[in-house]
Amino acid sequence: MKKKLLGVILSATMVAGMITACGETAATPAAETPATTTVEETAAPAEAEPAAETAETAEVAEPAAEEGKVLNIYCWNEEFKSRLKDHYPGYTEVDATHGTIGDVSVVWNITPSDDNAYQNNLDETLLKQADAAADDKIDIFLVEADYALKYVDTEYTAPVADFGLTDADLANQYKYTQDVMTDSTGTLKGVSWQGCPGVLIYNREAAKEVLGSDDPAEVQKAVADWDTFSATADTMKAAGYNMTATTNDAYRVFSNNVSGQWVQNGKVVIDDNLMKWVELSKKMADEKMTTTSDLWSDDWSKGFYPDGKVFCYFGPAWLINFCMAANEDGSIANLGGWGATEGPQGFFWGGTWICGATGTDNPTLVGDIMKQLTCNEEIMLDIVAKDSDFVNNKPAMEKAAADDAYAFSVFGGQNPLGMFCTGAEKCDLSNQGAYDQGCNEEFQRAMKNYFDGNATLDEALEIFKKAIVEKYPELTTD
Amino acid sequence: MADNVSKMAGQDENRASVHARRLIAYIVLVLVSFLCLFWFYVLFINASRSNSELTRGFTAIPSTHLLENWINLKNGTLPIFSGIINSLFVALASAVLSTYFSTMTAYAIHAYDFKLKKFMFTFILAVMMIPTQVTALGFLQLIDKMKLDDSFVPLIVPAVAAPAVFFYMKQYMDATLPLSLVEAARIDGSGEFRTFNQIVVPLMKPAIAVQAIFCFVTSWNNYFTPALVLHTDTKKTLPILIAQLRSADWLKFDMGQVYVMIAFSIFPVIVVYLLLSRYIVGGVTLGGVKG
Amino acid sequence: MKKRSKVVSYNKWGYIFLIPFVVVYLVFQMIPLVTTVYNSFFENYRSGLKQIGPTFIGVQNYITIISNGDLPTYFKNTMIMWIMGFIPQIVLSLLLGAWFTDPSLRLKCQGFFKTVIYMPNLIMASAFSMLFFTLFADGGPINSMLLNMGLIAEPYKFMSHIWSVRSLVAFMNCVMWFGNTTILLMAGMMGIDPSLFEAAQVDGATATQIFYKITLPLLRPILIFVMITSLIGGLQMFDVPQILTNGSGDPMRSSMTLIMYLNKHLFSKNYGLAGALSVFMFIITGILSLIVFKFTAQKETK
Repeated sequence: MKKKLLGVILSATMVAGMITACGETAATPAAETPATTTVEETAAPAEAEPAAETAETAEVAEPAAEEGKVLNIYCWNEEFKSRLKDHYPGYTEVDATHGTIGDVSVVWNITPSDDNAYQNNLDETLLKQADAAADDKIDIFLVEADYALKYVDTEYTAPVADFGLTDADLANQYKYTQDVMTDSTGTLKGVSWQGCPGVLIYNREAAKEVLGSDDPAEVQKAVADWDTFSATADTMKAAGYNMTATTNDAYRVFSNNVSGQWVQNGKVVIDDNLMKWVELSKKMADEKMTTTSDLWSDDWSKGFYPDGKVFCYFGPAWLINFCMAANEDGSIANLGGWGATEGPQGFFWGGTWICGATGTDNPTLVGDIMKQLTCNEEIMLDIVAKDSDFVNNKPAMEKAAADDAYAFSVFGGQNPLGMFCTGAEKCDLSNQGAYDQGCNEEFQRAMKNYFDGNATLDEALEIFKKAIVEKYPELTTD
Repeated sequence: MADNVSKMAGQDENRASVHARRLIAYIVLVLVSFLCLFWFYVLFINASRSNSELTRGFTAIPSTHLLENWINLKNGTLPIFSGIINSLFVALASAVLSTYFSTMTAYAIHAYDFKLKKFMFTFILAVMMIPTQVTALGFLQLIDKMKLDDSFVPLIVPAVAAPAVFFYMKQYMDATLPLSLVEAARIDGSGEFRTFNQIVVPLMKPAIAVQAIFCFVTSWNNYFTPALVLHTDTKKTLPILIAQLRSADWLKFDMGQVYVMIAFSIFPVIVVYLLLSRYIVGGVTLGGVKG
Repeated sequence: MKKRSKVVSYNKWGYIFLIPFVVVYLVFQMIPLVTTVYNSFFENYRSGLKQIGPTFIGVQNYITIISNGDLPTYFKNTMIMWIMGFIPQIVLSLLLGAWFTDPSLRLKCQGFFKTVIYMPNLIMASAFSMLFFTLFADGGPINSMLLNMGLIAEPYKFMSHIWSVRSLVAFMNCVMWFGNTTILLMAGMMGIDPSLFEAAQVDGATATQIFYKITLPLLRPILIFVMITSLIGGLQMFDVPQILTNGSGDPMRSSMTLIMYLNKHLFSKNYGLAGALSVFMFIITGILSLIVFKFTAQKETK
């Protein structure tokens, strides 16, 4: 989700990649490797003409004893690339889409996620994986939580155990990051170097003014559960503050804490917790305690400034560090005017997971990348220091939580990491399903009509069901 | 409205009314121009603002980050310069192919009598009605089979068959191209192909200029097909690169860069447009044509 | 057209000149089109990474589309937004075209105005929509302007009302396309032989008479072209509402167009339903274009 910053209005034109028929040729430019590489590579022509493919395959088959010489990585932006470049020992960058690790050349296939283009491209290539030449096969691909199970629950994603990651290696990771990547048979199929547990981020000025104290413990009392949250919203309204910026801010907190999956036995089930969100949001929208704008819109980010008059946001560390305009004079973040507290329920927002593709010809290297980036405490602390990521390693984060050096200036010197750690522990994602992305998106979209008063609840639910069947023709809604 | 239009030169019936009409015309034109240029102003303002300034909402005053945004964009990993060359190549080639061959097709229908003429005309009109989006799925399967994936050919060659451009050319010929001219050329011993290239095409200049601009702009701004066909970074056209810039991760996300990139990608179209628009604006005299 | 000498040896050139069009058309459009129609008789979609079908199911896709009854709604939305944009667009274009070609007005800076009117079309629709989104946000500059002028008491939510969304879409389409239309009409008007006007004047025709009796009839081919391409463009309306409403066509799908609906089915690569929808769209476009043709042709014979 977070990668789709402003995804709201961004998609350019239709069906970007309804079939991004990215053939083998797309991956073949692999062959344009730097001069340092071995004979196998240089044989392949720089212009990956289809005709060349057969020749290449034959060539590659030769050093069968060893693993492949090309590591194909599919992703949607450059985040993972910069992590690998900065933190993986032995990675050398060649140019924007190529690098080397030892004598293996790394090929980045970056497709933007706009219009679903990334997934479409990945789908097409994965479906051809079995027939592709060894050097054209996908070795690593990245996924986000929203659609992770779509890939995890298929044979196209290999268990991380196949790459040599043991339970001991993974012991320090937060459980929720593994929940997300566990398929229906209980097999773990992907790992992440980051954790994105969220907290309730509140405006200290407003807390002092309205609640009488900006102490996290005191504020927590006012938002301890959804009933008190709702009562506080009334108080805030009376004092001229919006409780949240938009109705969608709280959605994630509810949807992370559902009691069952979106789809059960091929039928869409709307969880009670989501209906609670609808109820709360309708009340808040009607009484103008929040707006119905989209996340990332201008109306959403207004509250980053004092005159936006917004009491709280829900978000993880990256939201605070990078999105709340900390560099901008006069923003609340710049003044250190935010505080953090756990809020009504634990949740997470964002994160990128590394999956190894079935059929990869570089299993050892894939395994090592996973191990170094997601299990090596030293490297992970390095990531915390350098990239301000919240890493997926309990001892590392607990160390940081106890260290005042990690206090956030945007929080006026409060160190929220302890809270993030608790949040990460509390996250329960066992109810994730393969349809979450589409269902969550369409549900919020449909309910906006209800909040805006353009439809009754039933009409809005009808629209939701209609949209789901369009998206997933195999599902039923009644 | 009818009163306002098409009064003839030298028709000096009450000057006052001409003055009044002129005044109205100017007012409307100024308003319309404002409506047209305002967006460029907004774009410029946004391009000059930093990402965090942009999240604050719109202001009417430019900020100071224009150069900074541009430098960030230039030093980023996106191949924007090859992008602009790719876009130029594809758009120019499509515009040339589309206008030339559509004129040729229109001329075939306009100037000759043959058995399938009626049928062809109706047929082309009928195919004009098929939304491009509906055949996209089949189009891609075809491209894949022809091994034209990741190549410019599927972006350029289909421009040869552009029913709408053909239709315009045909309508324009109906209005302005008398067959007597063609006959005259024949009597002078000009071959058919030569007549077309040396007499018809020059006469069609205003129409060709108009359609060339339209084709160029459409192709320049097209995201849909190129996004499906092109995969290699250095082959991508500007709209794809813009989309890529917008899906940057949160560490690198920068709307300021996005706006600079949009401004950057509009600039060449404006230049091409201004060059070609002389044809339209200059009021091409249709010297060769006399009813 | 019929008064021309018919020399057979010349007429074979008709076929020759048609070759490039026909060949390219057959390869790049006919084959995909046939595939699309063929697909419409199959159940064929993707669920996650699982391919369902293709299984032949006859006209089931067509029945599904007819029975859920959404098609007329989206057709209506499309037409409403098109008409709302097209009427101001054609009026403005005729007006500007007439002014520019009217020598008695002697407008100054014509070059500037003529150049400027087409410029909105140079901006990508997606960029244009982004700007609109920013400007018309609940807390955006348009709202604060209206608030300051005291016209409204609280921000008007442009994106949450049926008619404001439709109006914005129509307005954007109008701004983007009126320059295009004006240029087309001007090219047509300039193509009219000035001696016709002179002759009419000598015969004592009034400006109104000249406009209706000479300009309009001679402009008819171009007008038909503008009407039909606009209509087709209107039926294919997609990117502006898609981006403005983030693909939802909200409120309550009141700004969802036919192609946006089609696009929904492409998400699951539902070739079957999408193919059937395409066939429906083709039929609708064909019928409407025929009506426009018949309507204008009738006038001609009067």
